[in-house]
Amino acid sequence: MSIFVDENTRIVVQGITGHQGSFNTLQMIKFGSRIVAGVTPGKAGTEVHGVKVFNTLSDAMSEQPNATFISVPAPYVLDAAKEALYNGLDIIYILTEKVPYQDTMKIVNMAKKYGKTVVGPNGPGITSPFKSKLGIMPNQIFKKGNVGVISRSGTLTYEIVDQVTRAGFGESTVIGLGGDPVTGLNYIDVLEKFKNDDETEAVVLVGEIGGTAEEEAAEFIKDKFNKPVVSYITGRSAPKGKRMGHAGAIITRGKGTAESKISALESAGVKVAAYPYEVPTLLKEVLK
Amino acid sequence: MNLYEYQAKELFRKYSIPVPAGKHIESPSNLQWDKFPVVVKAQVLVGGRGKAGGIKFANDHKELLDKTKEILSMTIKGLKVNSVYLEEKLDISKEYYVSITLDRSKRRPIIMATTSGGVEIEDVPDEKIVKYWIDPVIGYSNFIGKDISFKLKLPDNEAKQFQAILAGMASLYNDYDAELVEINPLVVTKDGSIIAGDAKIVIDSDSLFRHKDIPENAAERTELEEIAYKRGYSLVELDGNIGVIANGAGLTMATLDGLTLKGGKPRNFLDLGGSDDVEKVVGAFEILKIAKPKGILINIFGGVTHCDTVAKGIIEAKKRVGIDVPIVVRLSGVNEDEGRKILSDNGIHSYGDMMDAINEIVKEVNKL
Repeated sequence: MSIFVDENTRIVVQGITGHQGSFNTLQMIKFGSRIVAGVTPGKAGTEVHGVKVFNTLSDAMSEQPNATFISVPAPYVLDAAKEALYNGLDIIYILTEKVPYQDTMKIVNMAKKYGKTVVGPNGPGITSPFKSKLGIMPNQIFKKGNVGVISRSGTLTYEIVDQVTRAGFGESTVIGLGGDPVTGLNYIDVLEKFKNDDETEAVVLVGEIGGTAEEEAAEFIKDKFNKPVVSYITGRSAPKGKRMGHAGAIITRGKGTAESKISALESAGVKVAAYPYEVPTLLKEVLK
Repeated sequence: MNLYEYQAKELFRKYSIPVPAGKHIESPSNLQWDKFPVVVKAQVLVGGRGKAGGIKFANDHKELLDKTKEILSMTIKGLKVNSVYLEEKLDISKEYYVSITLDRSKRRPIIMATTSGGVEIEDVPDEKIVKYWIDPVIGYSNFIGKDISFKLKLPDNEAKQFQAILAGMASLYNDYDAELVEINPLVVTKDGSIIAGDAKIVIDSDSLFRHKDIPENAAERTELEEIAYKRGYSLVELDGNIGVIANGAGLTMATLDGLTLKGGKPRNFLDLGGSDDVEKVVGAFEILKIAKPKGILINIFGGVTHCDTVAKGIIEAKKRVGIDVPIVVRLSGVNEDEGRKILSDNGIHSYGDMMDAINEIVKEVNKL
């Protein structure tokens, strides 16, 4: 087992003829993902890396996708996500950054009412080696294994997955939640899935400053989680009140500091690494 | 993006939220005002301006001119005061508080209201605050305002006014993609009218493409940050001496943390973003040159950004930008071998491991 995406995931790419859409379609195919269709209005009848392109998502439903990769400019994300919900897709991954958060809030709350899953925006997506990749993580860093990874970052996730793989471990599923203040999945949603996943034996939780999602995850881990968790939190040296690249990475009114997250996780029994390279060392301790 | 009080009050007027009579003044030369006493308020995007002397009262024209000149010459917490807002002084009987903001955990807007206003909301005991979460699919509707006024135990004449104000705030919050709409104090005057004493609005910067009527406030960025912003870079200025170029917000923060833990002092946060462009790398060096660091650390984990592209950018920058401080490079991930070969062919040593590079730049800079 793996969570959210696997060999049965049938992906449609909304915005397939754009630079990101086309490049990542090829990378996903190389990884082993099943890309069944693409959508770009006005481009029906063409192909991108052998994938059939349709004018609308309704037309592309003939290929029976159950997940979508949305890579359209920020002003059009709300509409694209509504189109995905209307057509009943189960997993909606949004790559786009700088989506107004009120649009995301609408998408996430609508999806909840329909019982659908939103991943992102502004994150690298979900990878279950080597069953399926719905997103943009680099293919070569993965190895199949028993470590689940949850993160709010992109590149930092790759850094840590790479370290985990080089140390001889492998991954069950790796999930990037996204760097925005509002995202579809949060840590607890993913921990609940990892809890019941036979393949996952330990979890790496990568966090950063801003909000209180890591603190809430710590509460969940303390009371309701049954597998070892190790963590790395970034932003210890970040000044207050400044957005550190990600829209969500900001300490506001004293809330969302790295210290608060680290101490919440440690009091839940989570081992927290000071540097990314310490993550595999901590994994060895908890998995022996 | 924070709005100035005068901008926020202008938006309040547009949504029929009562505000005191007021006027925005940029120069003392043309001061026309006839309602005394009057409050003169410094327009700066920083809290605590009252304590810093940025709010003064005047009883006549002469006092008004003096106080205006005085405030216009002030610098509050490092920010130069460029304008003042003149406002009629209210006859205050009670001070309430009301705000709409994002609850990140619940992924919904939260309304907070209390009859114990006039102080920081963080200082009000939780049991005195009424909280109400808006379902973004349903949106704001009047039943919410009624519910909150009952919970606040407002008298009838106040409840009607309060509900109209809250409805206006909710529309403004939606229409302008606000992150925060806050009134503190929400003043009840001696004659029983409810008026917004102060106004705080924060707009989601990512939504500005659909709010062309809101001018961008550069005041929140330092000079270096403004240059970087205009050139399309995500940069935060810090007070150390090691320039940093990395890719991805998380990895860039992790680089700063690693440097700090190893005794180094970062000069900046600079995220190259998800680009794969030699010129973007060269441009990053051009910005760092302005920042005058004592050394530069480049930390790249290649994904969308290829390591060989970054290597070519570094070589170009050395030729064109003229960097005369030590440069330490770490390249890992996509096209790592190609990238590191380009560098070594040009006499630049590079690392594959992030910590090795961090230790090296700290050693180099501390040697100077």
